[in-house]
Amino acid sequence: MSKLKYALYTGCTARESTPELLKSTLAVAKKLDIEIVLLDEASCCGASHLQDFDDFLSLVLNARNICYAEKLDLPMITICNTCQLNTAMTKERLDSNPELKARVNEKLEEVGLVYKGSVSVRHFLYALIEDYGLENIKKKVVKPLSQFNIAPFYGCHNIRPSELHHKMNQTKESPYVPTSLDELIEALEGNSVDYEHKNKCCGFHVDLQAPKTSNVLTGNAIVDAFDNDADFMVTPCPLCHLNLDVKQKAALKTVNREAKLPVLHLPQMIGLALGCTPDELGIRHNVTEVDFV
Amino acid sequence: MKVTLKVFRFNAETDYLPHYDTIEMEVDEKDVVLDVLNRIKWEHDGSFTYRRSCRHGICGSCAIKVNGRSTLACKERMVDMIELFGEELRLEPLSKKRAIKDMVIDKADFWQKYEKVIPWLVAEIDEHPQMENIIPPEEAEKLEEADYCIQCGCCYYACPVIEVNEDYLGPAAFEKAFRFTADVRDHAKKERLEIVDTLGQGVWDCVKCFECTEACPKEIDPFGKITKLHLQIFEEGVAKDNVATRHAVGFKKSIKKYGLLDEGMLVAYSEGLAVFKHIPEAFEMWKKGKIVMPWNMPKSKNLDEIKKLIDIASTAKF
Repeated sequence: MSKLKYALYTGCTARESTPELLKSTLAVAKKLDIEIVLLDEASCCGASHLQDFDDFLSLVLNARNICYAEKLDLPMITICNTCQLNTAMTKERLDSNPELKARVNEKLEEVGLVYKGSVSVRHFLYALIEDYGLENIKKKVVKPLSQFNIAPFYGCHNIRPSELHHKMNQTKESPYVPTSLDELIEALEGNSVDYEHKNKCCGFHVDLQAPKTSNVLTGNAIVDAFDNDADFMVTPCPLCHLNLDVKQKAALKTVNREAKLPVLHLPQMIGLALGCTPDELGIRHNVTEVDFV
Repeated sequence: MKVTLKVFRFNAETDYLPHYDTIEMEVDEKDVVLDVLNRIKWEHDGSFTYRRSCRHGICGSCAIKVNGRSTLACKERMVDMIELFGEELRLEPLSKKRAIKDMVIDKADFWQKYEKVIPWLVAEIDEHPQMENIIPPEEAEKLEEADYCIQCGCCYYACPVIEVNEDYLGPAAFEKAFRFTADVRDHAKKERLEIVDTLGQGVWDCVKCFECTEACPKEIDPFGKITKLHLQIFEEGVAKDNVATRHAVGFKKSIKKYGLLDEGMLVAYSEGLAVFKHIPEAFEMWKKGKIVMPWNMPKSKNLDEIKKLIDIASTAKF
């Protein structure tokens, strides 16, 4: 297999409230000998909120981000489901609408850029599975996760809307019966936990204006994983992670349940199995204590 | 193909709890889910109850859930359900807690919310017109097929927010609101936008999960309509100055300053004085190295480009 190389769009969260996500992503890439170029020029994707205020501006900014991956001629990868959604949505809309693309490029040209639509935009999860391959990941496992029951939490914006994600993530993942994380857990020799809430919403996007909604949705997911004997949860989305991990106490209080469930980012879990140290994975940043490493 | 059906059975008049009947059945590739419902009634138990009418995906009566997924029974092929979920299928009403008898639910909540968005055209119509009132195709296209909605409830009962917030109007009502706010003939655009802008019941309480879009058997994309309503709320000057609108607008302010989102600033700007309620959580985060101090705030490279693009490509004001 030739060496894999990607342009990484980190998103804002990985550079601020979830530094452990960026750290562990780079640690895992290093272990797997994947070359990562950080897109330091990129801006925020708008997190689907700018999209509610100024749709055209959000298209221009997201197209600009993709331009920098195009300049490197590298496939872009994301490590946040919502970044993936907004970047992929932008790509899909521009690639399918030459008139809109021209309008966006008219603005980009003012700063010397042009959006071509020449690179793919995928979440790291799918790039790993499709390009690196589960079998090859399996070969790299030095500390099998066999003693753990692991509850995968997929996060909405990597599985819905499915039509967009099938195309962009180059996967057949069903939003109703998703399997990618489960298969990855099994490849790391962990036991994946089957529970109803694995493909449900954590409510992150209404944290500020509707905290009760968000707390109930997050609380229900944690309780469901906990009641199905999970030792920890894992998610490919830092926004889900903020709710499941940082807001865990508040969420459980809202649903009136006592529980404690560590929540790992996708690369933190992979890194554990590949033999990365807790420090390399930024475990000290997790708010709900990760007591098993 | 042989399937094992787990069929939800409940009679609100006589039963305290629901139970599931297990029925094994041969299905062939022509069968839709409605064929299976018919066969349960005709061949297994005549008391089995469900709604059905047109069998053409138009009346919206026969929506149920198959393995938790909203499904218009007359449109969904059994082979696709088997491919998705395997040979054991759970047939349930759209909302178990609203079940009256078997698959039949009390849809009153759906209709009450639907009514709230004034689901009819508000226009002064000449009752004795001399000629047809022609809407050009480009005006009709602005509805984005929102008029295809058959009120089946698939999206509404797939929405996680309606389970938590009983005031929330939900995707079907929003979709309907858009059907008229996008209609060139309508005169109640602002009135409708005020309704869907109201915190607690309106579009700001949408969690952006896309369950509605995934569930819609007519492929109307209710979530896309919710996004359009957000944009219209700003365009029409209906937006109130509150935590939700500031949250949307705050992204632009932060991106202009740093390229990236200043998470702390966004919460402070959105919440105003209420930011104090986040202090315990912020302290927990700070202890774990999850709060970036203003003087350490990362910035995008080539920030000048981003600033310029915001100046020349902005289309909205607040």
